Amino acid sequence: MKEINDLNLPEDLKYTKDHEWAKNSDGVITIGINDYAQDQLGEIVFVELPEVGDTFEKGDEFGSVESVKAVSEIYMPVAGEIVEINEALEDAPELVNESCYDNGWLIKVKIDDTSEFEALLDKGAYLDMLKG
Amino acid sequence: MENQPGTKGLVFNEPEIWDKSCNGRCAMSLPKADVKRAQLDKTLVGDAPELPQLSELDVVRHYTRLSQWNFGVDSGMYPLGSCTMKYNPKTNEVQASRKGFASAHPFTENSYSQGSLKLMYDLEQYLKEITGFHAVTLQPAAGAHGELAGMLMIHKYHAKNGRQRSKIIIPDTAHGTNPASASLCGYESVNIKSGKNGILEPEDVKAVMDEDTAGIMVTNPNTLGLFESNIKKIADIVHAKGGLVYGDGANMNAIMGIVKPGEIGIDVLHLNLHKTFSTPHGGGGPGSGPVAVVKKLEPFLPVPRVIKNKDSYEFLTDCPDTIGRLHTFYGHFGVLIKAFSYILSMGAKGLTNASKLAVLNANYIKESLKETLNLPYDLPCMHECVFNDAIQKEHHITTMDMAKRLLDYGFHPPTVYFPLVVEGAFMVEPTETESKEDIDQFIDAVKAIAKEARTDPETLRRAPFLTKVTRLDEVAAARKPCLCG
Amino acid sequence: MRYLPHTREDIESMLKVSGLSSLDDLFNCIPDDLKTKQKMDIPQALSEWELDTHMEELASLNAANKNCKYFIGAGSYDHYIPAIIPYLISRSEFMTAYTPYQPEVSQGTLQGIYEFQTMVTQLLGMDVATASHYDCGTALAEACLIALRKHRTSNKIAVSSLIHPHHRQIMQTYLGPAGYEIVEIPYTDKGVTDIKALEKMDDIAGIAVQSPNFFGNVEDLASFKTVAADKKILFITSFTEALAYGLLKNPGSFGADLVAGEGQSLGIAKSFGGPGLGLLAGSKKQMRNLPGRFVGKTLDSNSDKGYVLTLATREQHIRREKASSNICSNNGLNAMTAAIYLATTGKIGIREIAQQNHDKAFYLKTGLEKAGFKPAFNSPFFNEFVVKVPDSFKAKKESLINDKNIFAGIDLESFYPELKNHYLFCATETISKLDIDQLVKEVQ
Repeated sequence: MKEINDLNLPEDLKYTKDHEWAKNSDGVITIGINDYAQDQLGEIVFVELPEVGDTFEKGDEFGSVESVKAVSEIYMPVAGEIVEINEALEDAPELVNESCYDNGWLIKVKIDDTSEFEALLDKGAYLDMLKG
Repeated sequence: MENQPGTKGLVFNEPEIWDKSCNGRCAMSLPKADVKRAQLDKTLVGDAPELPQLSELDVVRHYTRLSQWNFGVDSGMYPLGSCTMKYNPKTNEVQASRKGFASAHPFTENSYSQGSLKLMYDLEQYLKEITGFHAVTLQPAAGAHGELAGMLMIHKYHAKNGRQRSKIIIPDTAHGTNPASASLCGYESVNIKSGKNGILEPEDVKAVMDEDTAGIMVTNPNTLGLFESNIKKIADIVHAKGGLVYGDGANMNAIMGIVKPGEIGIDVLHLNLHKTFSTPHGGGGPGSGPVAVVKKLEPFLPVPRVIKNKDSYEFLTDCPDTIGRLHTFYGHFGVLIKAFSYILSMGAKGLTNASKLAVLNANYIKESLKETLNLPYDLPCMHECVFNDAIQKEHHITTMDMAKRLLDYGFHPPTVYFPLVVEGAFMVEPTETESKEDIDQFIDAVKAIAKEARTDPETLRRAPFLTKVTRLDEVAAARKPCLCG
Repeated sequence: MRYLPHTREDIESMLKVSGLSSLDDLFNCIPDDLKTKQKMDIPQALSEWELDTHMEELASLNAANKNCKYFIGAGSYDHYIPAIIPYLISRSEFMTAYTPYQPEVSQGTLQGIYEFQTMVTQLLGMDVATASHYDCGTALAEACLIALRKHRTSNKIAVSSLIHPHHRQIMQTYLGPAGYEIVEIPYTDKGVTDIKALEKMDDIAGIAVQSPNFFGNVEDLASFKTVAADKKILFITSFTEALAYGLLKNPGSFGADLVAGEGQSLGIAKSFGGPGLGLLAGSKKQMRNLPGRFVGKTLDSNSDKGYVLTLATREQHIRREKASSNICSNNGLNAMTAAIYLATTGKIGIREIAQQNHDKAFYLKTGLEKAGFKPAFNSPFFNEFVVKVPDSFKAKKESLINDKNIFAGIDLESFYPELKNHYLFCATETISKLDIDQLVKEVQ
């Protein structure tokens, strides 16, 4: 497993204490799990995602990521409506390991209010949390 | 490895069964058609299922070859912790296949089923004697099914008392079936940690036990192989708040004739006949999970129950407070016969000796290997002992590597990575039916492997070598599930 | 005791290693007040000879000890079991192995169960089948839980009143405490589930229908699927007689989402009702919702094919309180038995046996009608059917068992109080024309 200093955590993303990342493009938030989470889980074999049109509150469980011997629930960093899910993960869950910030994204969410997004952690704050 | 049971041998290849199929073959002797064909409406009739077409020898050879790729208790020592892989006596199989039992139809009336009913009634009495409880049901089909029965009774008990509760206390050493069974009753699991000696501390239970908590699920002896010696105090705490104590009797093999769970504050207990009472595991079942209860829970037992009249037996279904039915008929009757035969073959003295020798074997292994493997809880154990890979970590050798290497030496590995409270757990349960010679061989094998961990770690990481297949790609299996051919 | 290998010397030397002087010292860690003062009141140990005698005495108290003719089914069927089945299944490598958690030394069980899963999907026309469950009733309860958990708003499931009464009782036991409700769909005078009544039911999470149903009649599964599709809910079917699908169109061809069934007919002894074999199959979409074990095919580190338990993250030992079910074991050895049976009958044998079951049942029904019994329902059936008998039959039925070892029909009144004097009859391939003629003559 990676040391904290070896983690790839892009500067331009927001992070959550549950090890997700989020990116805002014009009110649509793309969400995935970050390098730390994918590294801890190991080889990911299945990703369970919601359906387009589902709506969630901040903190709701919206899916799960599975390795052979572990399951991690994933939680909404912001409230909103699912506008797109990464369908490629159905046949290729390994994309989350290979490219967690790019081809391995999970969902896109439409939000009404950007304040929840703005309140997420930046890289520095997230790293501080990890180091405890 | 000269003196170890693992050796070379000819291993046959065998394709998937449909690859042997040849149109026109049939391995079944078909009865003569002695009545006129009755044609069903054509719209209802489907194509015949595409099953393989084989001769009788094709079938026999296929399954004989498959069987040779398996390791069973009859092949060698199978020290799988928490599973009690003791010898499965052959006479039990003979008894269960007697025509009067095997051909009995479940809908034959009580008066034509007196043999089955008497057997079930007597078995209930024996299990009551062994566990110290007031009443027993034989209906649950397996341990987890027994847990569900027990939790449903606790649920019903609270409902009957006028106020349902929402939580249940489960220690971190519990089997995964415990929280899963509790969930089915809508109970939220409250997890508590075992104390530093590997057993529950009454204060920790006291801290979480309240009047919204239905009770606690305790495995005793626990999955670290330790006796929960505070059980009575814990039961008092739970009872004082109106809760009940569920006992997971998976490890009953350690205490027959020594402790009766019904006397130490436990209210409901399930047994695993396929563990303690010698019925075969069958590669994953069928098992049987009878449940024993104290008097106040008797009204909630599943139906039908077996009762004795003056000199006959019958099923009773009219029990107003019952949790209901759990199995289509009366449970795994065929498995009950085997456990019944075992108890009759052992007698009270034999069962007590079995427990004593099971505990002796485990302590002997613990003492003999504690310099070789790390022993997180160096305390007198019951029927099993839990080591881990802390010493071998230095050479980057894991519990899994050692487990796989044991296969080459001709032993089934212990349970690995359970209980979860011990990192890299290596959980050994020899059972009483293993002789000192076989155990010594196992100890030597573990020592030899620990030496290999230092001298030749690369070999260990690639083990096993002598098995039909090597380590399998479980990631690929789960990513692209191929569940049928 | 012959199962306990320890000599006195063994015990002494092993105690010495543990630093103890007696076997009782092994239990010093148990406080004295927790040790029992009561003996176990169990009979003295029997020798193998004595055990044989005792068990034969018990077995002979069952009517089944004689050569009986079974004209009854209702979830447990008398079928011929070829000699190779008990022979092969008794191989101790199958019988004395544990769950195949160490795949390198469990390929026999694993390939066997993989083949079982495959043959079950063939039989039922479904995409996936699990490695088995306890019995049909428990598998059906699990199937209903899937539908209920998936549905966001409803906590009710519509269940045909012609599902085996005991299965409905199990469903009640499983579903009730979790706060779910079962709504029964009535049956029509044709002895099939009333689809019109179902259409009117709102706010339900799923539909469960048994076919052939408890009366033996074949249900119109296509119409039920249409209703389920309209309501956008899961369609669950069940069956108690697996051999029916050697002849009938399978549930998969009607678009069933989940199928629960009893596999006892596939080479497993009646054994007073257990252990049987719970079958559970689903469409591809339901794969990850199904509880219990799956075997999957993969490769080993030498790229040779092999089999492993897979998709374990759904199960209790990983997910604990969030598992899809608390089920841990399956009825593995009985699944293997069923696989051997299906390989033995093959495509040709299963069709012929299934057809003969229907032929015999049809011949029996015709005979009973000639003897004066009235047909209760006019619907197509497989190997079971209901007739209305005269009042005198009850006494006759007793004497048939006592004098001729014939079990003739099951009284339905206790399950359906409105069906006084209605009996459920069954005929399988083990019943000959002569047996039927004799029964007909007896009841005339």
